[in-house]
Amino acid sequence: MAGSFLTWEKRLEPSRVMVVIVPVLAVFMALLVGGIFLAATGFSPLKVYQDMLNGVIGSKYGLSETVVKAIPLMLTGLGVSIAFRMLLWNIGAEGQFYMGAFGASWVALTFPHLPAYIMLPAMLVAGVIMGGLWALLPALPRAKWGVNEVITTLMLNYVAILWVDYLVYGPWKDPKGFNFPLTAPFSKAATLPVIAGTRVHLGLVFALVAAILLAITLWRTRWGYEIRVSGESPRAARYAGIKIERNIILVMLLSGALAGLAGMSEVAGITHRLQHGISPGYGYTAIIIAWLAKLHPAAIILVSFFFSGLIVGGYSVQTAGVPAATVSMLQGAILFFVLGGEILTRYRLHFGRKEAK
Amino acid sequence: MAVPLVEMRGITKVFPGVVANDGVNLAVRAGEIHALLGENGAGKSTLMSILTGLYRPDGGEIYLGGQRVSFRSPRDAIEAGIGMVHQHFRLVAPFTVTENVALGLKGGLRLNLGKLAGEIAALSKEYGLQVDPQARIWQLSVGEQQRVEIIKLLYRHARVLILDEPTAVLTPQEARDLYQTLKKMAAGGCAVIFITHKLQEVMDAADTITILRGGKTVATVKKSETSEKELARLMVGREILWQVKKDTTRKGEKVLEIKGLRALNDKGLPALKGLNLSVYAGEILGIAGVAGNGQRELAETIAGLRPCQGGKISVAGQELGQCDPCRVISAGVGYIPEDRLGTGLVPNLGAVDNLLLKEYRNPRWGRTLMNRRAARQWARELVERFRVKMAGLDAPVKMMSGGNLQRLLLAREISSQPRLLVAVYPARGLDVGATETVHRLLLEQRAAGTAILLISEDLEELFCLADRIAVLYEGEIMGLVATDEASIEDLGLMMAGAKRMEVGA
Repeated sequence: MAGSFLTWEKRLEPSRVMVVIVPVLAVFMALLVGGIFLAATGFSPLKVYQDMLNGVIGSKYGLSETVVKAIPLMLTGLGVSIAFRMLLWNIGAEGQFYMGAFGASWVALTFPHLPAYIMLPAMLVAGVIMGGLWALLPALPRAKWGVNEVITTLMLNYVAILWVDYLVYGPWKDPKGFNFPLTAPFSKAATLPVIAGTRVHLGLVFALVAAILLAITLWRTRWGYEIRVSGESPRAARYAGIKIERNIILVMLLSGALAGLAGMSEVAGITHRLQHGISPGYGYTAIIIAWLAKLHPAAIILVSFFFSGLIVGGYSVQTAGVPAATVSMLQGAILFFVLGGEILTRYRLHFGRKEAK
Repeated sequence: MAVPLVEMRGITKVFPGVVANDGVNLAVRAGEIHALLGENGAGKSTLMSILTGLYRPDGGEIYLGGQRVSFRSPRDAIEAGIGMVHQHFRLVAPFTVTENVALGLKGGLRLNLGKLAGEIAALSKEYGLQVDPQARIWQLSVGEQQRVEIIKLLYRHARVLILDEPTAVLTPQEARDLYQTLKKMAAGGCAVIFITHKLQEVMDAADTITILRGGKTVATVKKSETSEKELARLMVGREILWQVKKDTTRKGEKVLEIKGLRALNDKGLPALKGLNLSVYAGEILGIAGVAGNGQRELAETIAGLRPCQGGKISVAGQELGQCDPCRVISAGVGYIPEDRLGTGLVPNLGAVDNLLLKEYRNPRWGRTLMNRRAARQWARELVERFRVKMAGLDAPVKMMSGGNLQRLLLAREISSQPRLLVAVYPARGLDVGATETVHRLLLEQRAAGTAILLISEDLEELFCLADRIAVLYEGEIMGLVATDEASIEDLGLMMAGAKRMEVGA
C-alpha cells in the first residue's frame, strides 16, 4: 500500500517560524508571478523591479513619497485592524476616510480665518468625528439586530465618495479652479507642518502615536482586554459579563475615527483642498495590510511602508509603459499567497512515502 | 473458532508528541457486543477513527473477515460495511429522518423518498428503533436522533457498528432499549463495538471487553469472567475509591432561591416551565435528568446569559435583574459551564488572560493601565495551587488537556470565593484522576460554606456528592429527594417522566 508522496500533518500549535516566513515567501512568490506576467507582456521583469526599487529608495523624493503614501495606509490599517480584532469586518475605511476629509474640509472652508492652533485641532476633531459617525451608521444596526456590517460598510463607501463628488463638482467647487472637481485651497493655517524640503507631514506622528496608543490599549487596558476576549470568543465574553453590543459600537467608532483622521491628514497635509478621488483606495489596501500584519499595530506600520513602496515604485515604472494595474496585481498576488500559505503555519508538510507495512 | 469479523493487529498511530496507539490489538467476532473501555486519552477514539478510515495507521494491519484491508477514506470503510455513530450526531436538523438516511446514498439522480420511508419504517420495527420517518430532526429528542443514526447504518448494511459513548445522552430506560437493539443486531450477525468509560454500561451490555490504557491494549476479557472492580483496576491501573468521604455539614442560610422560573430554549420553545428551587449554603443540590430537559437553560438563566420570561431568581436575598451576567458575577455566583473551552475559557488566549476573565475589572490591577506583572504573579500562584499543568502561562489554553482545562476553570471560579457555584457536567469527559480532583474541589467548597448547584447526568456522581437530588424533566422539577433516601430506580423513573414525587422544600 503506497501512501501519497506528500502528506499534511496538523501541527500542535501554529509554527512561529512560519508566521514570519510565510509573508516573506508570499512576497517572493507574488513577485515571481508578477515577473512571469511582465515577461509575457514584453517587459524585462528584473529591469522593472529594479526600476521600481530605484523609484522608491533611489532618491530623496522617492523615499519621502513612500512615507507620504504610508501615512494614510497606516491610519486606515490601524483602524480596520481594531475592528477585525473584534471580528467586525469593517470594509468601510475608504468611506470613513472620505468623510473624515469632508469634515476637516468643512472646518477649513467655513472658518478660513481661524489661527492655526485652533484650525488644525478643529479640523482633526471634525475629521475624527465624521469618520467615526460614518462607522457608527453600520455599527448600530449590527449591534442591535446583527445586520451584516460587511454589506453596510461597503455600501456606505459609495455614498461617502459620491457625497464628496457632489460637493467638489457642485456647491464647493472652486470658482477659480477651471472647472476641475476640487474646492478652493485652504488657508495657510489649515496646513499641517511638514519636514522641510519634503511632503512628509505631521500625519506621520499621528499614525505612530495612534499605533502606540492602540498597542497600549489592547494589551494594557481593561477595554483592550475586552476587545481581545470578544474577538477570540464572543460566547466567553458574554459569559464574563462583557457588554458586546456596547463594544461593537465603541470599536467601530474608533475604527472609523482612525480612518477619518487619515482623511483629515491627507487634505490638511497633502492636497490642501478637498478634491475628487482623494483616496486611490487606501481604505481597501488597508484591509490587505491589516491582514498581512496579523492585526498587530507595529507590524501594520512596517507593512504600510512596504505597500506604499509598491505604490510609489509602481508610479515610477509607469513612465516606462508598465501598466498601472501591475501594482494592484502584485498586491492581490501577495495577499493570495499569504492566505494560501497560512496552511503552512498550521500544518507540517511531509515529503516522501509513508511506510505502511 | 470462526475467524473474527474485525481484527486489528499491532495498530500504531503517532501524533506529533503523542503515541495515541501503540501496538493495539483488537478482535471482534460477528454476533458479539464488544466494549472498548478506557479512560480519556487511552486511545479508544483514535483506534476507532482508524477502523473507520478517518486516520491512517502508522503501523499495523486491519483484517475484515480474514481479508487484509486498508482504508484510504471513510468512504472505503463504509463500503466495507463499517459504520459509526459519533457522540455528536451527523444529522441535518431541518431535514426529515428519511432525507437524512438518503444523504450520501449511492445511486442515480432519482430519489424515491416514499419507498425509502417505507423501508425505514420496516427497519425501525424490526430492530425496535421507534422513530417517525417523516419527522424533522430538530423535533426529535436526543435518544430518537441516535436511533436515526443507527438506522442510517442499518440501511447501509453495516456489518460492523461502532458507537461512541452511546448512553451519555440517554435515560436509564432509553439505554436499556438501546441495549436490546444492539443485542438484536448482534444476533443478526453484526459485530457491535462501543466506546465507553462507564463500567456500569459495560457490565450491562457487553459480551467481551477490551481495555485500553495509555494507548496500549491491557486485556481482553469476557464479561462473565470479570467484575466491575477488576475492570476498574485494569482501566486506571489502580483501585478507585468508590465512596468519596463527605463530612456532614450544617445547612446554612438560603443562598439561591428560584421561584416560578420560565425561560425559552434556543428554538424559542419553553424550556423551563415555572421552576422552583432553593439551595442552601454548605450544601450541594444535585440536578439529575437527561440532557435536554432544561439543564442548560437553567444554568444559563441563573448566570444571566439567557433572559428569563417570568419568575425570579435571588442570590442571598438579592434579586438578580434581567439577564445581566455582570450583575450575577458581582452577586457572587461562580459558573462552570457545560462547554469549557467554548464558553468558560478563551481558547486562543493564555492562562493569565483566562484567569482574568472575571477578575479583570478588579481595581487592584491598576486604575487605567493594568499591571500585567501583578496579574501574572497572581495567575502563577493559582496555577500552582490548583496544580494546573501547562506549557506556559501564555501558551493558548486550547492546547491543554480536558482535566487541566477544568482545573484552570475551577481555579478561576473558586478563587473568587463565590456564594453560589453553578456547575454543569463538571466531570464530563474527564478521566478518573481529573474527576476525583473536580469532586474534591467541589466538596472543599461545600465545606467552606458555598452553595453548590450541581447539574449532572451521572447518577453515580450525584449520589457521591449531592446532599439532595432534584430531577429535571421537561423544564419542571419532577421530584426532590435527600440523597440518603433516594433510590436509583425512583430517580430513573422520574428522569423518564414516568413518576412524580412530592416536592419538599
